[in-house]
Amino acid sequence: MFVDVTPDPIVPEEVHACVGDPADGAVLLFLGTVRDHNDGRPVERLHYDAYRDMALRELRAIVAEAATRAGTDRIAVVHRTGTLEIGEVSLAVAVSSAHRAETFDAARWIIEEVKRRVPVWKREHYTDGRGEWLPGETPEPAEERA
Amino acid sequence: MQVRFLLFASYRDLTGVEDGGLELPPGATAGTAVAALRARGAPWSALPDRPVVAVNEEYARLDRPLADGDEIALLPPVAGG
Repeated sequence: MFVDVTPDPIVPEEVHACVGDPADGAVLLFLGTVRDHNDGRPVERLHYDAYRDMALRELRAIVAEAATRAGTDRIAVVHRTGTLEIGEVSLAVAVSSAHRAETFDAARWIIEEVKRRVPVWKREHYTDGRGEWLPGETPEPAEERA
Repeated sequence: MQVRFLLFASYRDLTGVEDGGLELPPGATAGTAVAALRARGAPWSALPDRPVVAVNEEYARLDRPLADGDEIALLPPVAGG
C-alpha cells in the first residue's frame, strides 16, 4: 500500500508499479485529470491546496479500509497539490487483485472517499482571469459516519 | 491553554492568515476556538460559526475538548480528486 500528497507531477507508471502481484489477474490505473471546462465555464488551470499531514492520514485510512473490503493490499493513491495545467494528473489510484470485479469496485470506492473526506481544496482559474474555490463535501467525524 | 490554529483555502484567503497561536480558557472546546477567532472582528467574523474542524489531524465535533498544545484546523468543504 502506498499513499502520497505531493507538489511534484504524478508519473502514472510509478503509481502503476506500486501494485501487481503474480496472484493478481486484474490491474487498474485511474487518472483524474484537469479538464478545460466546468459548469459551462472555460477553465485555464486549477490550484490544489491540502492539509498535507491530515490528507496523508485520511488516505492511509481509506486505503486500509479498501484493502479490507476488497481483499487486496495492492493499492496506491497519489494526490497532486499546487498549480496544474489542463491535462495534468491530479489524482492517481492503482489497484490490483485476483479478479476484475473487486478491483473496479475498490478503485471506484477509493475515488469517492477521496472526494468525500480528504482535506484537499481546488481553486479554478478561468480564462477571463477570475478564479474561485469550488464548493465541496462536508466531512463528518468518523464516529458520526454511517 | 495555548493551541495552534490552521486555516486553509477560502478561509485562508478570507483572513490572509495561514496559522497562529490562540490562548484559550481552561475547559475550552473546538467551538470555543472558532468563536475566539470569529471574535477578532472583520474579516474573521465572516468565518462560519459552525465550520468543519479537525483536532490533531482528525475530524472532530465542535464540542470536542481541547488540551494545551492541540492543533485545530478550520476546514472549508473539501473538494479533492
